[in-house]
Amino acid sequence: MSSIPLNPGAIGTGGRTRARENYLNIKHTVSSWLLTADHKRIAVLYMISISVMFLFGGVAAAGIRIALVRPHDTFFSSETYNKLFSAHGIIMVFFFLVPSIPATLGNFLLPIMIGARDLAFPRLNLLSWYLYMFGAVLVMGAILFGGIDTGWTFYEPYSSVYSNTNVVAVIVGVFIAGFSSIATGINFLVTVHKMRAPGLTWFRLPLFVWAMYATSIIIVLGTPVVAITLLMVVLERVFGVCVFNPACGGDPILFEHLFWFYSHPAVYIMILPSMGIISEVIACFARKRIFGYEFVAFSSMAIALLGFLVWGHHMFVTGESMYSGMVFSLITFLIAVPSAIKVFNWSATLYKGNVWLTSPLVFAIGFILLFTIGGLTGLFLASLAVDVHLNMTYFVVAHFHYVMVGGAIFGYMAGLHFWWPKITGRMYPEGWAMLSAFIMFIGFNLTFFPQFILGFDGMPRRYHFYPPEFQMWNILSSAGSSVLAVGMIIPGIYFLWSLRYGALAPSNPWGAKGLEWTIPSPPPSHNFDNVPIVTEDAYAYEAIYAAELAGDYSHVEAPIPLGAEAEYSSPAEPSKLPNSSEERQ
Amino acid sequence: MSLELQHPAVAPQRLSHQFEQIDQQNEIYIVGMWTFLVTEIMFFGALFVALTVYRSVYPDAFEQAHSALNVWLGLTNTFILLTSSFTAAMAVRSKMLGQRVLTLLFLGITIVCAFGFLGVKYVEYSAEFREHHFPGPNFQWSQTVSPSTAQGDLAANSQVALGVPKIGVNEFPANYQPQQLELHKRELFFSLYFVMTGLHGFHVIIGILVLSTLWLLIYFNHPTVDDYMPVELAGLYWHFVDIVWIFLYPLVYLIGKQ
Amino acid sequence: MDNSEHINHGPGVGHHHVTPVGTYVATYLALLVLLVLTFAVSRIDLGAFNIVVALGISVVKTALVVLIFMGVRHNSKLTWFWASIGFVWLILLFLTLGDYVTRQWVHLPLGW
Repeated sequence: MSSIPLNPGAIGTGGRTRARENYLNIKHTVSSWLLTADHKRIAVLYMISISVMFLFGGVAAAGIRIALVRPHDTFFSSETYNKLFSAHGIIMVFFFLVPSIPATLGNFLLPIMIGARDLAFPRLNLLSWYLYMFGAVLVMGAILFGGIDTGWTFYEPYSSVYSNTNVVAVIVGVFIAGFSSIATGINFLVTVHKMRAPGLTWFRLPLFVWAMYATSIIIVLGTPVVAITLLMVVLERVFGVCVFNPACGGDPILFEHLFWFYSHPAVYIMILPSMGIISEVIACFARKRIFGYEFVAFSSMAIALLGFLVWGHHMFVTGESMYSGMVFSLITFLIAVPSAIKVFNWSATLYKGNVWLTSPLVFAIGFILLFTIGGLTGLFLASLAVDVHLNMTYFVVAHFHYVMVGGAIFGYMAGLHFWWPKITGRMYPEGWAMLSAFIMFIGFNLTFFPQFILGFDGMPRRYHFYPPEFQMWNILSSAGSSVLAVGMIIPGIYFLWSLRYGALAPSNPWGAKGLEWTIPSPPPSHNFDNVPIVTEDAYAYEAIYAAELAGDYSHVEAPIPLGAEAEYSSPAEPSKLPNSSEERQ
Repeated sequence: MSLELQHPAVAPQRLSHQFEQIDQQNEIYIVGMWTFLVTEIMFFGALFVALTVYRSVYPDAFEQAHSALNVWLGLTNTFILLTSSFTAAMAVRSKMLGQRVLTLLFLGITIVCAFGFLGVKYVEYSAEFREHHFPGPNFQWSQTVSPSTAQGDLAANSQVALGVPKIGVNEFPANYQPQQLELHKRELFFSLYFVMTGLHGFHVIIGILVLSTLWLLIYFNHPTVDDYMPVELAGLYWHFVDIVWIFLYPLVYLIGKQ
Repeated sequence: MDNSEHINHGPGVGHHHVTPVGTYVATYLALLVLLVLTFAVSRIDLGAFNIVVALGISVVKTALVVLIFMGVRHNSKLTWFWASIGFVWLILLFLTLGDYVTRQWVHLPLGW
């Protein structure tokens, strides 16, 4: 597919045409950003904030890997080590992974993908960003000035009775951030239900929208439970009430039940949006309809539902009833089915597809490989007997990093590369992107595969010191993490570079289907001049591929003269020409 | 029975830019509010799970402990909240029909009821603080714990009732006795009682703030409340607060009272 | 689930359901009767049925408030869906009890 010209610099050459008005250049004041109700601007605000939080979480991770190079680390005190892994977990889970894709790409794309001008509640969306920032500042303050050593799980009674660190401030921050994601979830649900463009039926929705819908259901139904549970920990610490404290006959396992009722579905909050991105990217670059669209859509819903029924598998080795454990183990095996359906369908889509190997697709394939490993090792942990051996070891750490980093972050990177031209209006350097994808893949496996071996050999997680025989694998892991870090810093640099020096992006650089590619890059503030009418299924790539074969398809449109935006439409999709008779108000 | 009508008195509603029709906008607001209420249901749901678990594990201790609550004050408060729910529904109806004075009247009664509820709660809480029923280091239980009760709970639930000593001490106190655990089980009940009624009370306070703001806006004919939707949404929230109490009252005050 | 039904009317005009005052008053009286009932029943020892009756009455009261005061019976299917999903999901949360019920089925020696 290398014959497709990827030379979007044709627009705007020589400054003959000024940039058309879009959501980025419509106003430049600080308050126009901080008080915006535009979902696209809020997405950009979120993108900046979560990138900063990711950096903090990454620094904590680097600290952990530095400490674990030697069996008896003297670089950090053990207290500091505990605070490092707690900070890493709390920042990455609550302030990066949970909001990452929904609040950035989801916020940006969801209304556009369904042909709406904005989310249903634009000001609630802005409020959600402020809540996130408030929680993030509180948590970062608490971590920088004192820290917290409970781990991201805040297990009772350590968190309420024994820990002498900033538990209250951190929990309040997480609590507030929880309301920020609830606000996003409510917004998405209502928007998908009620604001789809005419003709956009449920089974014409892009799979990314299905994934966001399933994610929002989990957010709305799960987050309040963890919020109240953490609130009770705060009340125990502050007022001395006792709900989970075994000293009062309270049951710490009840805390774990309520905590994991959210926190297990929360891993699907992290992975489902990535899965949605992968479906988009793979269909586009295989130039094929996604194989078994309905199955992929329903598997998202099945994961959302089943995800609520497996929380007990985090407590197999606690005092949880063994009968309970059996049922949870069984349902945990069941949830592998919808996950596998997705992997099979993506593979089947790529099979005999007309694959155009671009960096988003490389990230997506990396996702499939790593998610498969992460998912299959999850089945080891779902088996009751095996879990007794593997629980609380590095095997668990490796497993969930394969799913969270290998899955969620590779998916996020795939989506970021795929939609970067749409969001910023600039192309990134493809060669560097390809390079960073391979570096990340290698660095990631080097970091986390040794941890499977460590865990299987019995190294417990969260320990500062370990027997010397584990040192080799730990050094490999630490070395890999520096490779991974390089792989993540490169995109940071070329994305920033592209903002100024990147070639101007055409409205549809990939020849992709979907409403977001029918509007200019970057989109105008109101998204659509006329409400689009949808007349075909998502991923109807046959026409595009046929046009490409015949040589009469180009990803580059002619420069558009100023003032002619109203007539603007993508040359690829005559079926979606704005219909002036449908113009509203 | 109710009538579906395009009532002439219904004030025209303004359409926000992101919507297409007023029906779509109204439904989006109502569905959005309900989605929020779903999160509230899950929020309180976790507390009801905790209450159910501990009640089933420590039936005797919980029965003794809740007999210290004033069931008549609880009954009064339920009556007050049901009344306020009725007046809230009437306020929404009046607002929809554009009856300004009636809206102000019914909203006013709702707010007064909410304050009445908090007043009764204040009387209850004061009594409980006086009797040292607030959990924490000063928690006291004046009635003696019958040994058979203690035995019953302990034997039936040995796996939960691990005899771990009181907060803040890392070793077993020398005078550690099962009686102390019995005391703490009552403390557990009162912890749940205070957390649940406290959170509910917090929701009542939020409700007062929202309803009072609406009352003032309507009183000064502010354009935001030309539309009846704000009152409708506040009403939905207020009814939810009522529903929580509908379950709290029997489960905390009544059950086991024989 | 299709959204086509709502594009039939012009913008600015909505449908409103105005419930008669009599319905609200009747509901209010029914709620008060149920309140007295739940209080009276709690004074009679029915053993395990006390809690069943109390919860049953609470569910009826909630249904009255949701359907009439909150007006869900006139709302769209979508509102029905969201109004019910919270109560349905609570059942999942209450599956936690399965752990506590079955813990005593096996008598293991305490401690390791």
